[in-house]
Amino acid sequence: MEQGTSLDIIRWIIAAPLAGAALNGLLGRRWNRRGERLIALVGCGSVAISFALSLAVVGRLLALPPEARLLVDHLYTWIEAGAFRAEVAFTLDPLSAVMLLVVTGVGLLIHIYSAGYMRGDGGFWRYFSYLNLFMFSMLVLVLGDNLLLLFVGWEGVGLCSYLLIGFWFEDPEKASAGKKAFVVNRVGDFGFLLGILLLFWSLSAAGHPTVSFAGIAEHVGLLADSAVSFTLPILGPQTWGVCTLIGLLLFVGAAGKSAQIPLYVWLPDAMAGPTPVSALIHAATMVTAGVYMIARMHFLYDLAPGALDVIAAIGAATAIFAASMGIAQTDIKKVLAYSTVSQLGYMFLACGVGAYTAAIFHLMTHAFFKGLLFLGSGSVIHGMGGEQDIRRMGGLAKLMPITTWTFLIATLAISGIPPFAGFFSKDEILHFAYQQSGALWAVGATAAFMTAFYMFRLFFLTFTGSCRADAKTKAHVHESPAVMWVPLAILAALSFLGGMIGWPRALGGAVVGGNHFHHFLEPVFGGQSGGHAGAYTAGAEAASHGPSEIALAAVSVGIALAGIALAWLIYSKARGVLPMVLAMKSRLFADVMRIVSDKYYVDELYELVIVRPIRVFSDVVLFRFVDVRVIDGLLVNGPAETVALLARGVISRLQTGVAQSYALAMTIGVVALIAYIALS
Amino acid sequence: MPMENLTTWITFLPLLGAAVVVLIPGRSENALRLTALAFATATFVLSARLWAGFDGGDGGFQFLDEARWIPQYGIAYSVGVDGISLFLVILTTFMVPVTLLAAWRDITMHVRAFLAAMLALETGMLGAFVSLNVFLFYIFWEAMLVPMYLIIGVWGGPRRIYAAVKFFLYTLIGSLLMLLAIIYLYILHHEQFGAWTFDLLRLYEVQVPLGEGWLGPQTLLFLAFGLAFAVKVPVWPFHTWLPDAHVEAPTAGSVILAAILLKMGTYGFLRFSLPLFPDATVQLVPWVFCLAIIGIIYGALVAMVQADVKKLVAYSSVSHLGFVMLGMFALNLQGVQGGLLQMVNHGLSTGALFILVGMIYERRHTRMIADFGGLSKSLPILAAFFLVVTFSSIGLPGLNGFIGEFLVLLGVFKVSPWSAALAATGVILAAVYMLWMVQRVFFGPCDREENKGLQDLSLRELAVLIAVVLPIVWIGVHPGTFTSKTGPAVAQLLQRVESKSAGGWRADGGQPDEARLSSREAAR
Repeated sequence: MEQGTSLDIIRWIIAAPLAGAALNGLLGRRWNRRGERLIALVGCGSVAISFALSLAVVGRLLALPPEARLLVDHLYTWIEAGAFRAEVAFTLDPLSAVMLLVVTGVGLLIHIYSAGYMRGDGGFWRYFSYLNLFMFSMLVLVLGDNLLLLFVGWEGVGLCSYLLIGFWFEDPEKASAGKKAFVVNRVGDFGFLLGILLLFWSLSAAGHPTVSFAGIAEHVGLLADSAVSFTLPILGPQTWGVCTLIGLLLFVGAAGKSAQIPLYVWLPDAMAGPTPVSALIHAATMVTAGVYMIARMHFLYDLAPGALDVIAAIGAATAIFAASMGIAQTDIKKVLAYSTVSQLGYMFLACGVGAYTAAIFHLMTHAFFKGLLFLGSGSVIHGMGGEQDIRRMGGLAKLMPITTWTFLIATLAISGIPPFAGFFSKDEILHFAYQQSGALWAVGATAAFMTAFYMFRLFFLTFTGSCRADAKTKAHVHESPAVMWVPLAILAALSFLGGMIGWPRALGGAVVGGNHFHHFLEPVFGGQSGGHAGAYTAGAEAASHGPSEIALAAVSVGIALAGIALAWLIYSKARGVLPMVLAMKSRLFADVMRIVSDKYYVDELYELVIVRPIRVFSDVVLFRFVDVRVIDGLLVNGPAETVALLARGVISRLQTGVAQSYALAMTIGVVALIAYIALS
Repeated sequence: MPMENLTTWITFLPLLGAAVVVLIPGRSENALRLTALAFATATFVLSARLWAGFDGGDGGFQFLDEARWIPQYGIAYSVGVDGISLFLVILTTFMVPVTLLAAWRDITMHVRAFLAAMLALETGMLGAFVSLNVFLFYIFWEAMLVPMYLIIGVWGGPRRIYAAVKFFLYTLIGSLLMLLAIIYLYILHHEQFGAWTFDLLRLYEVQVPLGEGWLGPQTLLFLAFGLAFAVKVPVWPFHTWLPDAHVEAPTAGSVILAAILLKMGTYGFLRFSLPLFPDATVQLVPWVFCLAIIGIIYGALVAMVQADVKKLVAYSSVSHLGFVMLGMFALNLQGVQGGLLQMVNHGLSTGALFILVGMIYERRHTRMIADFGGLSKSLPILAAFFLVVTFSSIGLPGLNGFIGEFLVLLGVFKVSPWSAALAATGVILAAVYMLWMVQRVFFGPCDREENKGLQDLSLRELAVLIAVVLPIVWIGVHPGTFTSKTGPAVAQLLQRVESKSAGGWRADGGQPDEARLSSREAAR
């Protein structure tokens, strides 16, 4: 590496959880019999080491002047073939520093929580081994210095997601959900891989073959005006900007990993995994990898406004579409799952309008409050002996006070109520969306209304009113032990305070010393020119923070309050009355609600249009007809049998199966050959 | 043992072992098995010395052994290894002892003959990889047919005779055309240089006339060699012998067939077709691409709907070998290196899959997916290994399969982005058929009485699987061990194709080395 300060402790941040995974994976089965303490210690301890080292390393980063904030740890050359080279090297810049702290910090809390949540499970050791392996992969993803190494982490987290969704593999639905997640992600990776290939060969043609982020950042400008022409089956001849095409291909991967339309279908099913896994992998970290990747590749996307427009549109569409499905779910985790899909849509919306800092800011606050929501739901499920249906909950506030209060903080945060963390990040996204297009803002604002509504629906149904569970469950309900509620409390504090580091100047940010988050990420995203990003960087600190931002913020707070009020009216105040009236009066309403709660039948559509036709075609046409009948029957055995019939005598003697005759035939052949050569 | 004649020692030590196994007195089957294993292991140890002593910077042949044989006809005993054959030799010497150990109790009938056949087969395969004289190559090529035929035909399943004869005839018909082509080349060399020789390096110098129109002599010769190789690979649509052979063969036969015998075909393309007939190669690239891509997608789709695990893995081989073909015919450094690596990867991962299927079969005496379910419960360690190998097979980064697939796609994308895109769908489909099978075999409730209480891995089985998983991880994490030794040989091969090709074709692997050197200098 030609730039950056070398620091070879970064590797130990990554190695610690790998060692933990290996120890628990190899020895955990034996330890499990003697109790879980050692397993939990190894599992949590390795992540604690990782977190402590991360703090130290980020401290070192902060000590450097802002423009020199780049730490590098180079290990060895991984793949080298011709001009292609991929290193095993890790880099830390402000962007990866944010990700690093979120991943190791939230990761550590969830590891600790898991020690309580998974107690008594026969696969306790397996669980921690997988979870540590996940941390390792996620850290490779975040710290890798090139696209291919990022892809290693990218697929590694996919593997761990597969293993953990199907953790209770004896349940066929859970095993199936794991496979579905992996396969849908593979569809995304297909695009991602082609994006890498196109990027590499395009840069190679421009004289700079590289896949390292630093190299791409330096040379991608050469591709600004390049275009590729090709012909598509239906659409005819096409000419695309190379950067746009690469950007879209990479985004296909992001849409898979971060559950965007049309590849979001795996994430709701992924709730089959243990709840802390949903918190860590399917809310706080892995699913945000697509957002991170696009922010990481912002120098490419800055040259691809067409790709950014698509990303913004898909993000906005996903935000509102998933929010609508969240409204009608009755499984506490499914509500949160659709909420995650929706919030990820916000992050892509931010990327799409060039507001990468806002995207990463929301990624971070979302990790706090959504991680907290999932852990809170886990606490509820744990307290209620496995119950997940909110129709059979209610009134838990008195029985589980800590869970209730922390859950409320997270719910306020996700709804966008100031000064909770989600307000700042969501407000910033909506602000930049508004600058780009009023329509994008309107979609985002509507989704925000729905978010406040379904989240408070969830809150009221779960924690207020009277308990609808059966007597046996009700008697059993209890607050979770300290090992579980302490992480809840810490995340609640972060959900409350975490947004303030990104306090916009327009709303009196000077009081807390300006927008620290923007300043920190400025060396990564700042100083670029052109397209969407220009609007962001130029306007971020000056013009855009005018009165319009205060007005927009006021509108979005109003929208959130309206959503809360509606939820309160329906599910708390006049509980049961309003929906009943609506349902009775209108068949249409009932039908619409059923379609929504059945998730618009998208899964069924995919099954009908893609999965089943391929399976039937492969079985009936390719295997039974082409392979067995045509190739083997007609072309292979057919002639063989004809020859056999014609020359029954000779062939049957040959087919006695005695090896000697073959050997003899061969010897004769060789002798004849030699004789022929000798005589000629 | 001496360092000189190392290649010869490696090649014939297994045959010596076969003779010893046949001749030693006594009835103890375990003594026979141990003897065979000792010889196979010794061969592997020798080949490790080959690897250690191999000069990675040299793209030519090393460890050459030559002896006069029938000089008046240009027939000589001439063997050696280069970067292309080195790892195939090591794969062979590695997989044979592993297979013997894995199938320790699988064969109980005519154990002596079985072990002798396995060791003789090893010599046949090694000989084909190291031969530098085409006549010698042909002898080894045909010789290995016989033990394999016997392994399927004698120790196989219920339809073993059908499968064995199909395997034999299929391969034999291909080989006969190759024999004709060899003789044609031999005569051509005499015409052009006035000497009779089967020496491969000298035959490389022959300019085979391109001829007029479509099917000139060079194209015909390419096709004659190509058919023999395509059957072995197997290239679609010459693949239907493979599922039958795999299903009927005993575990050891399946492992060797998948791990090594199939590589004879791809190796043949690389060693013979490309450098001997460069113009025909370049001319036929679109056709080969087409068949390879059909093979990748077709093999994957058909694998998906199989009810028998062994058949599923057999069709997955058709798909994987399509990747190898595609990479080789990309005719650039990345593609050929990737294809070569993928040969080794497929040998390890598919070999391991057949070993694992064999271990399950030994316990349950069935291979039908529908008979299983929830095996993770009763066989957790075996299931863990199965998962690792599955992810190696479907190209998870960090394991070996990814490196090969990625390099193949990298090379292919350079020459034909659409081909790379089509081939990459195979990566999606591989996840579908493998994970669906894993789900039905290992996950879900373990509700069949026969599947409960199965014995998990024994120490012997554990040793076998650890041995196979180690290189799977090693290649994935540090492929440089491999590519640093194969690179120069592949570059030399491509250069040979390029310089001989009349069409002014260039093997383009992206930027030349200057860019890399300058970046290295910058690092200092």
